[in-house]
Amino acid sequence: MAGKRTKKPSPADPPHLQLEESAGYDRRIIDYIQRAAATGLYEIRGLGAKRRVPHFDDLVFLGASLSRYPLEGYREKCSTRTVLGTRYASRPIELAIPITIAGMSFGSLSARVKEALGIAATDLGTSTTTGDGGMTREERQSSRTLVYQCLPSRYGFNPDDLRQADAIEIVIGQGAKPGGGGMLLGQKVNPRVASMRTLPEGIDQRSASRHPDWTGPDDLVIKIQELREITDWEKPIYVKIGATRVLNDVKLAVHAGADVIVVDGMQGGTAATQTVFIEHVGIPTLAALRQAVDALEELNMRGKVQLVVSGGIRTGADVAKALAMGADAVSLGQGILMALGCNSASYVVDGKHLSAVEDYANLATAPGYCHHCHTGRCPVGITTQDAELELRLTPAVGAKRVRNYVKTLNMELTTIARACGKQDVHHLEKEDMVALTLEAAAMAGVPLAGTSWIPGAAPI
Amino acid sequence: MAGVKAVEFDLAQVPLREVNRYLHRDAQAEGVTHVRISNPDGAHSIVCGLAHPFDVEIDGHVGYYVGGMNQRANITVRGNAGPGAGENMMSGTIRIEGFASTGAGASAHGGCLIVQGDASLRCGISLKGGDIVVGGSVGSFSAFMAQAGRIVICEDASDALGDSLYEAVIYLRGKVRSLGADAQFEPMRPADFKAVAELLGVAGFKHEPRDFRRIASAKSLYHWNADSNQEY
Repeated sequence: MAGKRTKKPSPADPPHLQLEESAGYDRRIIDYIQRAAATGLYEIRGLGAKRRVPHFDDLVFLGASLSRYPLEGYREKCSTRTVLGTRYASRPIELAIPITIAGMSFGSLSARVKEALGIAATDLGTSTTTGDGGMTREERQSSRTLVYQCLPSRYGFNPDDLRQADAIEIVIGQGAKPGGGGMLLGQKVNPRVASMRTLPEGIDQRSASRHPDWTGPDDLVIKIQELREITDWEKPIYVKIGATRVLNDVKLAVHAGADVIVVDGMQGGTAATQTVFIEHVGIPTLAALRQAVDALEELNMRGKVQLVVSGGIRTGADVAKALAMGADAVSLGQGILMALGCNSASYVVDGKHLSAVEDYANLATAPGYCHHCHTGRCPVGITTQDAELELRLTPAVGAKRVRNYVKTLNMELTTIARACGKQDVHHLEKEDMVALTLEAAAMAGVPLAGTSWIPGAAPI
Repeated sequence: MAGVKAVEFDLAQVPLREVNRYLHRDAQAEGVTHVRISNPDGAHSIVCGLAHPFDVEIDGHVGYYVGGMNQRANITVRGNAGPGAGENMMSGTIRIEGFASTGAGASAHGGCLIVQGDASLRCGISLKGGDIVVGGSVGSFSAFMAQAGRIVICEDASDALGDSLYEAVIYLRGKVRSLGADAQFEPMRPADFKAVAELLGVAGFKHEPRDFRRIASAKSLYHWNADSNQEY
């Protein structure tokens, strides 16, 4: 009977596939739900927020034209000299460039990487920073200017290293996880790491989220004084905050007596943290920077307390925009790792490029997508404590790459500064920029391009 | 006495910064062995960052961080101490004859802190190898996340004693209101009695080691546990 016949599909008349993806339950969320269902445990990973947030890309510079006078792009002098810690320290930090290397621990990174960063920073005339694992001999020897972090965990913290540091950074929080302590999973807690942190080998280490010997901003005043007393008021004291209530936190840090304030936005990286923390706690660097500058201006402390911003600074344009918004310097973490070869398909040994693709596959990922710092199985030998894997990063090769990368950023920075008519990169100003989106205009406090409108600003 | 050179500072007359700087930079070269400080008046950071084996006496109450990061010096406070007494000390001895406020001996890596009276909250928090002997009782969250070292408590402890302990060991003579996550009582072994006797001897406290109980980590938080409901 004709009515019971099923219509056979033919090449000329293919079935219509329903492939409408849900916005709320897209493949990413389905994967998240099914992973949680399978494991009963949240995901831990490395690096920073992956979601798109308003960022420096949403700003553009207004180069000089008839109303402004540019400098010649290659030859005319454009100073990048940067001085940090002029408020109380008798020995402020003098840097050749306003681009510094952020705190990343020995433990999360290998000792060879820390050495490479020191070599590169010294060549560039900038500073590098210890991390949540104490100061290694390699990084002290290779770094002309080394910032020593004082963290809640106090792993390896000791007065000898304090005295041989060039500056001290009290870490209140980190952009990737404001309010959270560090993590180092057992596979990275090898004998040297364990010994420096006074921990048993192989345990899943969780750093404290609060300092052990002070609890609030009034205590911080006294803690800073103690560190100054121990070091005879020589060294600049930085206070690093993860970006959340930035306006208040910066004011409190100024009140506490910081020489330098470091603000780390939510795009900032980590070696290991819960994904939910990385993606959902903290505010974007763009908004954080503007609030930090507002706080300093309200206290009339701009130029007296220096501001360093970090969290997703990748390019020379990012550096220029951060400086134009009011930062005195920037600090780079993930960009530095990627310059070293993070997420590269290959690594270099004895001048030969060797494929790391299979090792990415063993981590169930691929070059360009890897965030498996927490596993300690870094295919390119950067975020590892494995004796064999760490050989994939040669300090000299790493140092050269970091040097080239930061040098490029600095050249781009001066290119933009000259185009805006500045003889000093620190003369870049907010008035040199406009925003491409409403969100960025509101967060950065600059006009939407083609208008004089700054969303949220009081009417003139 | 041969080889003794004593110096005195009156903090009502001399700025603390000058005293600390002198003790850091010049005192050792000048052969100083004994230091006496009067009128501390609760000042913070007195004799912090010492690196030489001076015998220091402070006549009165001190504020935060007395003897902070101490190396080798033997410091006696003839009074009470504010928060963070002996914080991050590496070696030497600090004796508080009165009471100590919060965070006494926080993150100490070595040396011995003796509190003759009570110690407040978070005594021995984040301890990394030092010894602490408290003649009286300790407040809540004492030995929180303590990684290494020994804490002897001659009277009682408040809530959450030894929360998230690593390898540090606590010896308690009196009662505890509650143990923290992952802390447990364990049998005293010969080495424990010996340790308690030694530390009581150093502190000069006359108690019987057999009256103390050992508290250490159950080590159930050393590794992630997918089955845990996170209600530690």
